[in-house]
Amino acid sequence: MKTETKHPHSGSVMADRRKKNAAEGIAQTVFAACAFFVILAVVSITLYLLAKGVPALLQVGPGKILLGTVWKPTAAEPQYGIFHVILTSLAGTALAVLLGVPVGILTAAFLAEIADRRLAAVVKPAVELLAGIPSVLYGLLGLTLLNPLIYRLELTLFRDSPDHRFTGGANLLSAALVLAVMILPTVISVSETAIRSVPPGIRAASLALGGSRVQTVFRAVLPAAKSGIATAIVLGVGRAVGEAAAIALVAGGCVNPPFPFRSVRFLATAIVSEMGYAAGRHRQMLFTIGLVLFSLLMAVNAALTKIRKAGTGEHG
Amino acid sequence: MRKRIQRGLAACALLIAAIGYAGCGNVHAVPKESGTSSPAAMEEPEELSGSILLVGSTSMETYVRTLAERYMDSHPDVKVRAEFAGSGAGIEAVLGGTADIGNSSRSLKDEEKEKGVVENVVAFDGIAVCVDRSNTLAGLTKAQLTEIYTGAVTNWSEVGGRDAPIVVVGREAGSGTRNAFEEILGVRDRCAYANELDSEGAVMARVASTPGAIGYVSLQVADGRVKLLALDGVSPAAETVGTGEYILSRPFIMATFGEISRQNALVQSWFSYVLGGEGQETAVFVGLIPVNDIAAQEGGEL
Repeated sequence: MKTETKHPHSGSVMADRRKKNAAEGIAQTVFAACAFFVILAVVSITLYLLAKGVPALLQVGPGKILLGTVWKPTAAEPQYGIFHVILTSLAGTALAVLLGVPVGILTAAFLAEIADRRLAAVVKPAVELLAGIPSVLYGLLGLTLLNPLIYRLELTLFRDSPDHRFTGGANLLSAALVLAVMILPTVISVSETAIRSVPPGIRAASLALGGSRVQTVFRAVLPAAKSGIATAIVLGVGRAVGEAAAIALVAGGCVNPPFPFRSVRFLATAIVSEMGYAAGRHRQMLFTIGLVLFSLLMAVNAALTKIRKAGTGEHG
Repeated sequence: MRKRIQRGLAACALLIAAIGYAGCGNVHAVPKESGTSSPAAMEEPEELSGSILLVGSTSMETYVRTLAERYMDSHPDVKVRAEFAGSGAGIEAVLGGTADIGNSSRSLKDEEKEKGVVENVVAFDGIAVCVDRSNTLAGLTKAQLTEIYTGAVTNWSEVGGRDAPIVVVGREAGSGTRNAFEEILGVRDRCAYANELDSEGAVMARVASTPGAIGYVSLQVADGRVKLLALDGVSPAAETVGTGEYILSRPFIMATFGEISRQNALVQSWFSYVLGGEGQETAVFVGLIPVNDIAAQEGGEL
């Protein structure tokens, strides 16, 4: 009785529920529609890539494309071998991970375990800022700052080898260095989260047993966070494999086997750099490269899912 | 759970952005269609209205932008839109019917002509051979240039310069500039590039910042950041390209699907502007060589 006099217009409990149900229903439909569109996007992109990429793959022959080493798409007798391009993507990514991941993990450990609050308050925004820089800018800086430095190194190293084709500093090494910096934010933030979620008991136990702070980080905390750190690495790999804009400016862009001081072309840049002018079979072939890149990223994603599943299995 | 919802929201936001973007595309497409099928324009050419879409070569960007601005000054009701995605993309767009005109800085291939694309040459462009500013060399012979680009000569001292390795910079396969350059020198698919870059700007930046580099760019793109080399004693300039003394040149093409006479009134008016006095004067203005010198002289006097 009391409540009714206080809220004369609120209606009955049943009416309220009906209203609520309607709202729930609408919300559910909106969410479902969004989810549907996302799936639609994924499926249509996949189908489009297959439709555009598979014909050329079959006409030229998968062996000739995937294992061929000569890329001459506009020659009188065109050759579409992308073996070196695939190798470059793999080697470049591996090199970038090799350079970037240790730095990233140590930075994450520093932020989560060692740095005092004031220092962390400086480093953390810096890392976040790094993530926000557009990739073209990385390329531009690489082109104007890093390449001349690497060229100086190249000139000294290859002074007495007349057969060396000088790249002007635009080579695999430069590309890997730029990629390494570009994957840092991902690696740092994901591993930092992983390290922070390690139960405090593990740290306490290690310290109680007389372990020093550094010992605790390396022997107790990092091993406990390994599945999260593995996720960080795989995410970094995904970022590196798909990067094109920055690499197009610093890698040189010639199709060569991946050696540190050779001008190289990555899968992603191979598509971007020639799409503008390509026609006919050449154009189709770029979609085939897209398909290869897509499969590579799918493999990375599959690895990620596997690691995540293993991770949850451990904790559960 | 909250994370999942957040992710869902992020996906929604992306989706909405994507739909919004696609929507914009449609809005753009509308005036173009109304322009192409405007029957009134056929009878009264003074009151043309609608829009023309040009897609194609990045080398032609300065030229096409200047042309478009000047054309729209004298035809205020016509909107000229230009996209620069590469010669191949331009021809593709003309074939697909998404663009009225495809800009190409390379000659059309036979297969493209067979499909009905018509090659309308609107101007000629020189290709400048450039080196970084610290290079002491003033020029090369055609033979030396060929040797440098095929990799037979790898040090500047072999062609009369300082003792420094040559960094051979070029464009990507399929580029109009590369096509013309290799064709004229007769080094098609024999070039030993150290760098293959995908735009004129990238080549300029690379050559300017790399000691010992050599590259080629469209003449009107080359500026003071690099040093231009004379070829066989002829320095690259609009005049020397026009007289044929400077051998590295190529046509700029505005391709249409079918002859110009079969295009709509808007496109016809565009071509009569481009090939007429004012249009050819514009070509000279941006450093190109007009299709025929007579038209340019008339334009100069106007």
